[in-house]
Amino acid sequence: MLAVRQLSKSFAGPDGTRVPVVAVAEFDLAAGEQLALRGESGSGKTTFLHLIAGILAADAGEVRLDGVEMTALGEPARDRLRAEKLGYIFQTFNLLQGFTVLENVLLGMSFGPRGADRAHARAVLERVGLGHRLGHFPRQLSTGQQQRVAVARALANRPRLVLADEPTGNLDARHAGEALALIREVCREQGAALLLVSHDEGVLGQFQLRRDFAELNQVLREARR
Amino acid sequence: MTLPLIVYRSLRQHALSTLITAGGIALAAGLLMTVWRVKVESQAAFTQTSAGFDAVLGARGSKLQLVLNAIFHLEASPGNVAAADAEAIRRHPLVKAAIPIAVGDNLRGFRLVGTVPELFTGVEYAPGRKYVIESGGRLFAADQREAVAGSFAAQQLGLRVGSVFRPFHGLNFDPKAEHAEEFTVTGILAPTNTPADRVIWLPLRGIQTMAGHDPKAATDVSAVLLQLRTPTAGFMLDMLYNKQGNRLTFAFPVGAIMAELFGKISWFDRVLELVAYLVALVAAGSVLASIYNSMSARQRDLAILRALGARRRTVFGAVLAEATVIGALGALAGLAAHFALYAGVASLIRAQTGVVLTPWAFHAVLVLCPLAMTALCALGGIVPAVKAYRTPVAETIAPVS
Repeated sequence: MLAVRQLSKSFAGPDGTRVPVVAVAEFDLAAGEQLALRGESGSGKTTFLHLIAGILAADAGEVRLDGVEMTALGEPARDRLRAEKLGYIFQTFNLLQGFTVLENVLLGMSFGPRGADRAHARAVLERVGLGHRLGHFPRQLSTGQQQRVAVARALANRPRLVLADEPTGNLDARHAGEALALIREVCREQGAALLLVSHDEGVLGQFQLRRDFAELNQVLREARR
Repeated sequence: MTLPLIVYRSLRQHALSTLITAGGIALAAGLLMTVWRVKVESQAAFTQTSAGFDAVLGARGSKLQLVLNAIFHLEASPGNVAAADAEAIRRHPLVKAAIPIAVGDNLRGFRLVGTVPELFTGVEYAPGRKYVIESGGRLFAADQREAVAGSFAAQQLGLRVGSVFRPFHGLNFDPKAEHAEEFTVTGILAPTNTPADRVIWLPLRGIQTMAGHDPKAATDVSAVLLQLRTPTAGFMLDMLYNKQGNRLTFAFPVGAIMAELFGKISWFDRVLELVAYLVALVAAGSVLASIYNSMSARQRDLAILRALGARRRTVFGAVLAEATVIGALGALAGLAAHFALYAGVASLIRAQTGVVLTPWAFHAVLVLCPLAMTALCALGGIVPAVKAYRTPVAETIAPVS
């Protein structure tokens, strides 16, 4: 379902030289699979997720999502593919503060192929336990509730792959456990694959499939040598 | 649903700056429309106001002063016309009607004009419209100390049928210059929406023979209002009085003389227009600045939208639509501001001159100006929209871990 080959990304350093951040030779994730990537801060794991999501353009390599080679697409097609097949849960939730809970989810849906389906958005929000908060704004919710809105938004378009970047990083232990369970459960219900990155061993321990990003990313491997 | 929702929420989120910016646009649009309409419509109203006369004969002097004095009741009279001259023009075969007027007194600032009853019985002040005395009143008798008050003057001075007043000498009100004679109001004119509404009309003899006026000029008049038999008659009389004669001035045609006045003060119109255009430009600039300044605050939202799958052109369109909506809201409020401003100006012009501008009349500028302001604001939205278009998603939504 997700296949990454020879993917690399570098950024310009202060002196103008290119600083390599990500170099992943091979990475695969099957449909419906749930995998956790262990990675320290600054290891390039968020960049890796951005490259998979098509938010960043790779210097080289290939990201194949559900049979479509994303890296060969132009930006508008990448945007469309992202809206259609990907759900993204951010560490800081990235909710739109000026929009209600329901509108946040509807907006997430509106760029996808099915458009803003109000009934479905309500159903997803009810599924994450926020059916009674549809008209609230993010600032009126607790951190845990905001995380649930982010989960609902990521899953409302019935994505094939959910990317979760430190999704429990802003939650206390109890809420983190609940949020993680919810994300995994809802992904399972919808048949979406889940690629989660975290440095929290408590979170990583919940996954049967785990990989160390430091091993995956050649840039880090070379730096260690 | 997406674009309207994004625009609506963004406007709500930045309600104060939206209101202030739209307010600036409203002021600019309102000013532009008002300046434009006052210029065009007052010019039309003044050049079309002739009180039903083709020409005015008066003392040697400025034609404009003569018209302003005799038709608009604004200026001082340039001098007197001897009774013999008034009679001569009345009997001229090219003249259909000749109505003498005499000025020189006022009632608490409202001009008293002496004339003959024929003005009210035989003259149409506008095509198909004659002066009408409101019910309960009657026209003054030519040999009595009686008066007929124009509707606006009567309303402002509280005059009713039966009211008695003493005139004041001169065109400007001086409480110490009261005449001894008493006049009784016998009728109030129905509104005509002409300068006649601001006048209190007396019998010609009443003005001429008032105590304190020069007895040697007791038969003189200030001007003679003329209706001509043919349009070419005006040119012949112009030749007779203005080119061959040197004692009198023949002002013809009335509309053209007023148009000359507007031609002379057209620079003032242009200055007003220029100011209004500058205000419009500043308003459009404020849209640009307002949205551009809020861009840093909302760039994260735009990046989130992009991360959710919104295309660059969607966020570009959202920002452009927002600028356009602010412009449209301002332009709509500008229409309201315009009608309020215009009503104020129209009421001022009516109070000062008796010339009526109608605030609710349709004018193309009422459509074109709001459209142009909206387009200008949309144009102002392009710069922030380009910034939105270029928003770097990954950099903006999260720091690289």
